[in-house]
Amino acid sequence: MIEMLDGLEFGPFLLSFKLAGITTLILFMISLPLAWYLSQTHSKMKPFWEALTALPIVLPPSVLGFYILVALSQSSPIGVFFEDVLGIKLVFNFTGLVVASCFYSLPFMVQPLQSGFESINKNMLEASYIAGKGKMETILKVALPNIKPALMSAIIVTFAHTVGEFGVVLMVGGSIPNETKVASVAIYEFVEVMDYTKAHIYSAIMVIMSFLVLLSVYMFNGKQKRSFV
Amino acid sequence: MIQIDINKKLHGANGEMDLCVRLDILQGDFIALAGQSGSGKTTLLRILAGLEDSNGTISVEGEIWQDGKSSLMPQKRKIGFVFQDYALFGNMSVEQNLLYVQKDRALASKLLELTQLSQLKDRMPSTLSGGQKQRVSLCRAMMNRPQLLLMDEPLSALDPTMRTKLQQEILALHKEFGTTTLMVSHDPSEIYRLAQRVVVLNWGKIINDGTPKDILLKTSGSAKFSFEGELLDIVQVDVIYVAIVAIGQQLVEVVVSDDEAKALEIGQSVSVSTKAFTPRLKRV
Repeated sequence: MIEMLDGLEFGPFLLSFKLAGITTLILFMISLPLAWYLSQTHSKMKPFWEALTALPIVLPPSVLGFYILVALSQSSPIGVFFEDVLGIKLVFNFTGLVVASCFYSLPFMVQPLQSGFESINKNMLEASYIAGKGKMETILKVALPNIKPALMSAIIVTFAHTVGEFGVVLMVGGSIPNETKVASVAIYEFVEVMDYTKAHIYSAIMVIMSFLVLLSVYMFNGKQKRSFV
Repeated sequence: MIQIDINKKLHGANGEMDLCVRLDILQGDFIALAGQSGSGKTTLLRILAGLEDSNGTISVEGEIWQDGKSSLMPQKRKIGFVFQDYALFGNMSVEQNLLYVQKDRALASKLLELTQLSQLKDRMPSTLSGGQKQRVSLCRAMMNRPQLLLMDEPLSALDPTMRTKLQQEILALHKEFGTTTLMVSHDPSEIYRLAQRVVVLNWGKIINDGTPKDILLKTSGSAKFSFEGELLDIVQVDVIYVAIVAIGQQLVEVVVSDDEAKALEIGQSVSVSTKAFTPRLKRV
């Protein structure tokens, strides 16, 4: 067993976690105002934004990956702008993976936060406004602390979902060791070259870690719900 | 002086309705806002708080809160609002709920003492009873020393003993802080005990405005003793008719004549009054 783990390369796992961590952080900052807006608005445009946000859930990752690849490549204005003006190349490197993951995992951050915000007693938010507090302070000090289970779900599921992504990563990033070769891509490659032992070990590690992450979310949420009764 | 002259179109459960209120309130007054549900009472409070927009003007002690052009945000109006469902911040202790409004520890502890909550200052709202929660909510509303205290049926979810206790506390705070108070209430005894003036809204308009005594004591002419109730049934007993009337929680029987019985309809609102004898009041 120990010899089996000896020759194992943990780089892909580290890369997966780095990618997931950065993506979660960026998505949290983007999704907070977006989810708040969606939860409070009565605009006729709301369904449109909701559908757009949820699109990555139903689209095949290859479709999403293809469009992102086209949009970020040097043949598109966006890709040219980033490369020429900012000097950032966005495909087949880690930065490109982060951008792609942000699109891919967006609904997993926005949806739990939105439904959390929607479940808050509106009077509580109004009481905060009447107390002289602005929107930002109300969100940070009243809204977020009162939706801890939704907040935890949003952060952890986004993280786990990004760790588990495969199709988009392969399309946008390819498989460059220590740059874009994340755990899921590594497993795919082991299977391709019929190295089933390593594929087994990698897969088992993914299964166990994913399970532990989800278990911790559910345990935390169970405890929170009891304390709020 | 608080001068209110507002109107707003409402889409209520009973169709479209114009809320149209013109009201001058003296500083330090305690006003009860009464009327059937759906008559626009809560909306009026929310407009005063700046939580809903409307046409018209609101000025408070010479300061314009709202005119045709602009409207002051709720954050900038010096108001306290007590919600029927308390709306306490669930993530903060009792004391933190108060300090969130204003970092004034002295005022917070004074308010908690006045409402006998000092012992509970570190408790979380979820562990409090309904009466305790509403007291915290009342204290929180007083934390920014409001010019105008708005209360939306604050006591309707509480039992009668707790109501009476809280009514005294509301009155004490109202006097202590010299605030002007506007309170939605359906309970005549509560209105009588607390308010100097009653404003009755119906279908978005003020239909009655006066002292609680004038408006709540429903006696007319020389009748000294009068109750309103619902006619439940008329039963013929031998040659007379007995009307059964529900007054509050009690059913009473009243003898009516043949003609009277024919003129009455079951389900009608009726008043039962007498003037021929002196009612005796006894402890129960």
